Amino acid sequence: MKIAVLVKQTFDTEAKIILDVNGKISSSGVSLIMNPYDEFAVEEGLRIKEKEGGEVTVISVGGQQAQDALRQALAMGADKAVLVDQGEAELDEYATATILAKAISDLEYDLILGGFRAIDDGSAQVAGRVAEILNIPVVNVVTGLEIEGGKAVATRETESGSEVLEVPLPAVITAQKGLNEPRYPSMKGIMKAKKKPMDKKTLADLGLDDGKISAKVKALSFSLPEPRKAGKVIPGEAAEAARELARLLREEAKVI
Amino acid sequence: MDFNLTKDQQMIRDVVRDFAEQEIVPRASEIDKTGQFPLEIVNKMAEMDLMGLPFPEEYGGAGADYTSYCLAVEEITRACGSTGLTYEAHISLGCMPIFLFGTEEQKKEYLTPLCRGECLGSFGLTEPEAGSDAGGTKTTAELDGDEWVINGGKCFITNASYAKYVTITALTDKTKGKKGISAIIVPTDAAGFTIRAGYEKMGLHGSNTTELFFDNVRVPKINLVGKVNEGFKQFLTVLDGGRIAIAAMAVGLAQASLDASLKYAQERVQFGSSISKFQAIQFKLADMATAIELARLMYLKAAWLKDNDQPYSKEAAMAKVFASEMATRAALEAIQIHGGYGYMREFPVERYLRDAKLLEIGEGTSEVQRLVIARHLGC
Repeated sequence: MKIAVLVKQTFDTEAKIILDVNGKISSSGVSLIMNPYDEFAVEEGLRIKEKEGGEVTVISVGGQQAQDALRQALAMGADKAVLVDQGEAELDEYATATILAKAISDLEYDLILGGFRAIDDGSAQVAGRVAEILNIPVVNVVTGLEIEGGKAVATRETESGSEVLEVPLPAVITAQKGLNEPRYPSMKGIMKAKKKPMDKKTLADLGLDDGKISAKVKALSFSLPEPRKAGKVIPGEAAEAARELARLLREEAKVI
Repeated sequence: MDFNLTKDQQMIRDVVRDFAEQEIVPRASEIDKTGQFPLEIVNKMAEMDLMGLPFPEEYGGAGADYTSYCLAVEEITRACGSTGLTYEAHISLGCMPIFLFGTEEQKKEYLTPLCRGECLGSFGLTEPEAGSDAGGTKTTAELDGDEWVINGGKCFITNASYAKYVTITALTDKTKGKKGISAIIVPTDAAGFTIRAGYEKMGLHGSNTTELFFDNVRVPKINLVGKVNEGFKQFLTVLDGGRIAIAAMAVGLAQASLDASLKYAQERVQFGSSISKFQAIQFKLADMATAIELARLMYLKAAWLKDNDQPYSKEAAMAKVFASEMATRAALEAIQIHGGYGYMREFPVERYLRDAKLLEIGEGTSEVQRLVIARHLGC
């Protein structure tokens, strides 16, 4: 089983977002991590490999610092990594998916895994777009996965329960929290990670140029959310306070 | 000059920090209150190859450097002092003498299962009359044919109840005093060997602290570690390395004191604002953060020297005395910042104080560290 896992490096969940002088999100001094949903995908890939045999390749698009996220996946047990450095190109979901699909099409693959969304932009588009470009099925937001006889049987939560879907391989499956509990990289895994192959590519290596991946969506401006206002404590007897609470929710907050 | 950790060191620190926050922090208070040995945590650490972190892969280790090990010690101790000491004593005292001075056969037989975490490492050095003064050692080992016959006792020995063998020091030549001491590996199931864990301690309640008693304990002659009568020289080397790790433990505890204090100061409101807005509290926090950073730099420097095969004895002593005394001060300040709550067991800071105090004593008291430093100055 040849498994490719799409990995994105994102800001740490506790990182403070600030805008630089040009109004763009500043990454200076921010610690970077592997997108937590992608960690579920890496873990699932490793479990399938341990059961079925095979190979796990982790793939990312990003600058040289994105090697750290890939190295973490290698330390967890992935076999090799591919990093496509987009250089100066500005990416949207279309561009990222185009690059990933091109990189994957150079590999052998039976299964492509990824997080269902990244915690930074939260667009939840890239894996689905990769499936579309490669013309293979996709099951999104999966919390259970079985591979049997050339098929993937995936469970996903719906609003009213859960549904079980079957798709032929190769397919793209995106991971939701609950799919598994990612392992800690072992110390030996960390020490071995740097000896594992990390294939660094440029857009030119993939036969792509700025024209072919020119972003279709452009961010015009960023703004930070309003700081959260302090909560309000309503004093008094319970019944009276509840009446006042209902009045405020209706007349002031206008939510009921 | 380069103050950056290597990629490996960073990843090891980050992974151990994550593990410690998820798996150890939630248990730390209970471990302190019940005195229960953190065996399940140790087993999880073994799964991650932490128990042989700085030793070569051929002996079951992970092949990381000493700096990485010290970073791991800091993160584990930041979560729980008892678990930190268990780990530190396992590697620095339990594994290290065999790794440094053992024969190839001894490394295969004893170091490998230690690195795999199949049992815990333990080192029996201190005796009731032999603390800072190794010349007071009374335990004897006499050759009888192909066997050592050991008699005597040890005190304050970490991890021995969970060890399969303890490396102990004993007089092999009574006429030579501390130059007649040798190190010998003794299986804990040997006839006449009793281990008792009966101490009531101020802190580090989850750490296993024992007394050892030897009543005509017989072990094969080949259990001698290194050369006969070189035990004193050997354990000075072992303790030199251990001191860096104790400094790392102290930094971990002090960091925990700062973390708790900063969080509390930002939440606690008095006189209409959080107390973190008051200079009296800010100065305490700033002093704590500064001292922690200095102590961390010093243990990292000592570890770096060791990793680069340069002399580090003086720096290790400096790191230990500075870091351990700093950790006690940081814990006291943390309690002060917490006010009445800090004195209560509901908050962790009183535990940090009780745990930190041992670091000024174990593996050479602060006074001995100062003697070591003074000797290096040429006194």
